[in-house]
Amino acid sequence: MQVELRNITKRFGPVVANKDVNLTIEPGEVLGLLGENGAGKSTLMNVLCGLYEPTEGEILIDGRPVAFKGPGDAIRAGIGMVHQHFMLVPVFTVAENVILGIEPVGRFDHLDLKAARAEVKKLSTEYGLTVDPDATIETLPVGVQQRVEIIKVLFREADVLILDEPTAVLTPQEVDEFIQIVRSLCDAGKAIVFITHKLNEILEISDRIAVIRRGEIVGSGDPKKLTRPELAEMMVGHPVDFDVARAPFAPKEVILDIQGLTLVRDDGAVAVDDLSLQVHSGEVVGIAGVQGNGQSALIEALAGLRRPVAGKVTFDGTDITDASARERHRMGIAHIPEDRQRAGLIGNFTVAENMVLDSYYGPPFAKGAGINWGRVEEEAAAVAEQYDVRTPSVHAAAAHLSGGNQQKLVVARELSRDTRLVIAGQPTRGLDVGSIAFIHERLMAARDEGDGVLIVSSELDEIMALSDRILVMFKGRIVAEYAPHEAPVDKGTIGLAMAGAAT
Amino acid sequence: MTVLLDKARQRQTRITGIILLALGALIAVFLAPDASGVATFRLSRPTDVWPVPNLVVPGGAFIYVASAFLAFFGVRLFLRGGAKWSARLLGIGLIIAVAAFLVWATAGKSFSFTGMLQASLVRAVPIALGGLAGVLSERVAVVNIGIEGMLLAGAFTGALVGSLAGGVAGLAAAVAVGGVFGFVLAALVVTYRMDQIIAGVFINLFVLGLTSYISSQVFQEYRALNNAPVFRAVEIPILSDLPVLGPVLFSQNIFVYGAFILAGLATYYLFHTRHGLRARAVGEHPRAADTLGIDVYRTRYVNVTVAGMVAGFGGAWFTLGSVGRFDEGMTGGRGFIGLAAMIFGRWHPVGALLAALVFGFADSLQQKLALLGTPIPSEFLAMAPYIATIVVVAGVVGRARAPAADGKPYVKE
Amino acid sequence: MKDATQGRVFGRTQLEDLVIVPLFALVAALFLGALVMAATGVAPGTIAQSYAALLKGSVGSIDAVSETLTAALPLVLAGLGLALGFRAGLFNIGAEGQIVMGGLAAVVAGVALADFPAFIALPGALLAGAVTGAFYAGIAGWLRAATGAHEVISTIMLNLISFRLLDYLLRTPLIQKEGRADPISKSVPDVAELPKLLTFLDANLRLHAGLFLTLVMVAAAYWLLFRSKLGFEFRASGENAIAARFAGMNAGLTIVMAMAVAGALAGLAGANQTLGVLGRATPGFSAEIGFDAIAVALLGRSHPVGVLFAGILFGALEAGGRQMQVDAGVSIDLIGIIQSLIIVFIAAPLLVKAIFPWGFRKAGTGKGRS
Repeated sequence: MQVELRNITKRFGPVVANKDVNLTIEPGEVLGLLGENGAGKSTLMNVLCGLYEPTEGEILIDGRPVAFKGPGDAIRAGIGMVHQHFMLVPVFTVAENVILGIEPVGRFDHLDLKAARAEVKKLSTEYGLTVDPDATIETLPVGVQQRVEIIKVLFREADVLILDEPTAVLTPQEVDEFIQIVRSLCDAGKAIVFITHKLNEILEISDRIAVIRRGEIVGSGDPKKLTRPELAEMMVGHPVDFDVARAPFAPKEVILDIQGLTLVRDDGAVAVDDLSLQVHSGEVVGIAGVQGNGQSALIEALAGLRRPVAGKVTFDGTDITDASARERHRMGIAHIPEDRQRAGLIGNFTVAENMVLDSYYGPPFAKGAGINWGRVEEEAAAVAEQYDVRTPSVHAAAAHLSGGNQQKLVVARELSRDTRLVIAGQPTRGLDVGSIAFIHERLMAARDEGDGVLIVSSELDEIMALSDRILVMFKGRIVAEYAPHEAPVDKGTIGLAMAGAAT
Repeated sequence: MTVLLDKARQRQTRITGIILLALGALIAVFLAPDASGVATFRLSRPTDVWPVPNLVVPGGAFIYVASAFLAFFGVRLFLRGGAKWSARLLGIGLIIAVAAFLVWATAGKSFSFTGMLQASLVRAVPIALGGLAGVLSERVAVVNIGIEGMLLAGAFTGALVGSLAGGVAGLAAAVAVGGVFGFVLAALVVTYRMDQIIAGVFINLFVLGLTSYISSQVFQEYRALNNAPVFRAVEIPILSDLPVLGPVLFSQNIFVYGAFILAGLATYYLFHTRHGLRARAVGEHPRAADTLGIDVYRTRYVNVTVAGMVAGFGGAWFTLGSVGRFDEGMTGGRGFIGLAAMIFGRWHPVGALLAALVFGFADSLQQKLALLGTPIPSEFLAMAPYIATIVVVAGVVGRARAPAADGKPYVKE
Repeated sequence: MKDATQGRVFGRTQLEDLVIVPLFALVAALFLGALVMAATGVAPGTIAQSYAALLKGSVGSIDAVSETLTAALPLVLAGLGLALGFRAGLFNIGAEGQIVMGGLAAVVAGVALADFPAFIALPGALLAGAVTGAFYAGIAGWLRAATGAHEVISTIMLNLISFRLLDYLLRTPLIQKEGRADPISKSVPDVAELPKLLTFLDANLRLHAGLFLTLVMVAAAYWLLFRSKLGFEFRASGENAIAARFAGMNAGLTIVMAMAVAGALAGLAGANQTLGVLGRATPGFSAEIGFDAIAVALLGRSHPVGVLFAGILFGALEAGGRQMQVDAGVSIDLIGIIQSLIIVFIAAPLLVKAIFPWGFRKAGTGKGRS
């Protein structure tokens, strides 16, 4: 089945997400769609899978124009999408998730779960996608959940599979396995669209590459003839320097000392298991690991938001195990939360209000029980300027800023005061290259000024670019430690540790 | 690591143990000395086919035995732990405590135990149907505070149409009007994206205003419009002759049977059918459902409308199933207690029904106790179900889980 | 500091939000109210007469204005409390119960302070009402913070409990009026009464000093919400509780404080009734003010100044409704219908825009995408 996108334009109000896009997808071929975060890749694919209706242009299948009124139409036409954020119902079983929407039923609308299980088993053996049909989704690791997503699409007999950032949640080894699966699907005659912002993967996996920038296709070509820098320049629009400038490594005293920390998740499962680590002043410690290995709980505990069940945390010689978030803030611990929308910002608050979200209560902003808003606005305007937060005014709502500016706002709030330790969770997730570079610079500046910096990121490239010391977290423990300035370490080695091979 | 977790659980078990122990002590100290004479619980009516003798309980002795059991459970839990048993023993302990209380109140007197159980079931009906309506709409993630109003609308319509065209027509109209308000709620929250709680409050206030207005403006003058026939009990042959069970379960009106049948149907629908699976998917992860071609809006409309119909049926109980006439605000908060039953029943139709039976029992217990003339002021007995509701919502909900998308509007892109 | 409803420039959006939508809501609700009357066999002439009476009874004379304001005061006070709660993300349905408890406590305190001069007795009685209301609402706040029990259910139950408790307490010797068998409290002594303001014009005018109390509270609520640290915490928790917690705010304390402040204001509303209007507590003295106050808070967009105007509007509907019943023989319950319709038109702007597409910006612009 051949699919053609012809002159597709998609607007949201005044915002143009895709402009005049032309793209052909051939059976038995992997089309790599490369673009920065926010370039419009996902929007384009949501148009193709029927979630959005295009503002202009048309979709042709085997030369015939089709119109999708909803995802159901696209599914029936043979187009299936595996979304970046999995579309699985966490409390349903694998079989229930797979059949949802096209359920086999008997009399009185009775669900035929037996048939469903058989079908799941058949597909999983056919394509080598091992999974238990009766397992509940929320108990499965993300890698397995991804297999369920693929089985879901195959169960709908899709001929075109759209995979949106499928490797973001996988270890390097899992990525290799995943590439095998993609290959076998391809050999079975399926057409694959592989969406990513990672250059290495796209070069490895694709038969053909298309690059999208600011909603437009800016280039395409044969992966065998393209190089990494060429692709990067195409994607970003200017030559890219991947390195971050840094002062020579000169660690000083231990600023953060974690001993035997044990944390339990809300559902009672152990998230962090007897973990010990140290961060020195003037050092960047990067924690690598596949998401869901306890990193979030660790960060929350360090920020004072999760009470440890065992262990001791010392900051600059002071025991802070039971200190509240505010006490830690006062001591000079900065915290950049993992999820800016959920935990870092209040969307309906103004830039100024967000700028003092954790410092409104003391001088110079508070006077008695009240807040000196004049002072707040002055200060916020100055800091926004200094941290390149592009906003029409400090009175604009944070929700109206772009993702990059929102994150810069969070970083500005946390780093613009006297800090001694910076804890950053996924500091650049989902950002454009410019914002990433800016935030990396700022984190590095904090280190160069003598702060301890602890970064947790699932982007291995980010960890490797920033860290003086790399720790790998697996199942709530530190399973490996590397010091790149002493002995260079490669991605494969860290990847093996991330997959638990070091234990 | 598991040791740490067990510690938390152990503490909980210990607290439960202490509670049971304290309950046993309270009963022994305050109730036992007062309970002179025997308590007589009548189980049969004079007209019964197979009469069974009365249950005669010696007051003081029973209470001492009850308190001994409670103390034993309490000590056992405190010393031996065993989280598995904690909830079960607490349940059994509470039943024993209630029984002891009942014996104490009845000591030296007699009353119809069967009659009380029968009344419990009857009183549970509007709560169960309200709770069921709550389950149906919250399973598709629409919080339904408007159940109270839907019950009231059903009660009013039942009385009005019942007076004009007979009970069956009244019942049909009550169900239809309940459905209309369900549809209105769906339209407000789905299509017009109104806050779900505000929309529910609107429905409650609107129905209260409208029914009160018509009641005072029209019914005062034309009394014939508010004089509906009442559905009598339907005796199920043979089964209704069983002692105790017969009068309690098989000699009730269609509302009681209806509540049981609807709870069964709703369970089948939600957990065993295609459309039920889709409905639950919409309640848990609407975007996932949408990407699979399931119409989230339509699913919500249909389920919330059906929920309204169930509430309308439950509302008709107030008039067609009981007194035959409508009074302003006669639902008296039953819809809200229905919501509590839904939460207590963990968003499951059968759970909601069982929870409603507990509330119904508490309600009829309070009535009986007032009749028996206990020294406790009747106002406090009347408060008991509300306090119980708060305790339930505070204590039990922590462990239950609402549908993930509950209360959140879904915005298609 | 600018919140969403008080932009620096009074632009088109503000005009729509604060003037056009409420105005439309009022007109549409009155129109539908007329349809309800017509449907129940009220003659067109009588409908016109009843709306004329509504106007006359609300603003037609000094007496009407006095009645409007008297009815508005408790609505504004309780509405302010609810508005603060809404801003903190709490849906407090319990104002009714808090009014009951606060009003009763004010009577008890007033009776106890009968031998003191007015400058002690009156503030003492008011304070008792506020503190009791705060405590009663604080129970729901504490339950929410400590156990996660949803405040909607617990406040509804606390309402029902308060009614029974009132019935019981009114019969206890300490509170019941001497020589009475029915549940009624002792009378509030003169020193604890909120003095009438307009008796120099006409001895029957009921407007009382609660007016000043209310105006002060509007200003205080405004300061609290937009200028104080506590208000910042309320608003932050209401908008995004997780981000508030991550910023070091104490979520549980914020919830309890917000409920307590809301309860204090509702308690003052109860005290305002018993000390200013009724002079005693009787069963059902709260008269559903706590439920109408929900509508007032919504209509006022949870903004203290908005609540003031919304309360006056609802007070006018109450006062006018009484006149309507007298003059045209139309049941005052119609007012309840009109009030609920106002809520729906206010709270569902999309609905208003669907019925009334002209005069509004195109919907959907400037909205965030997810």
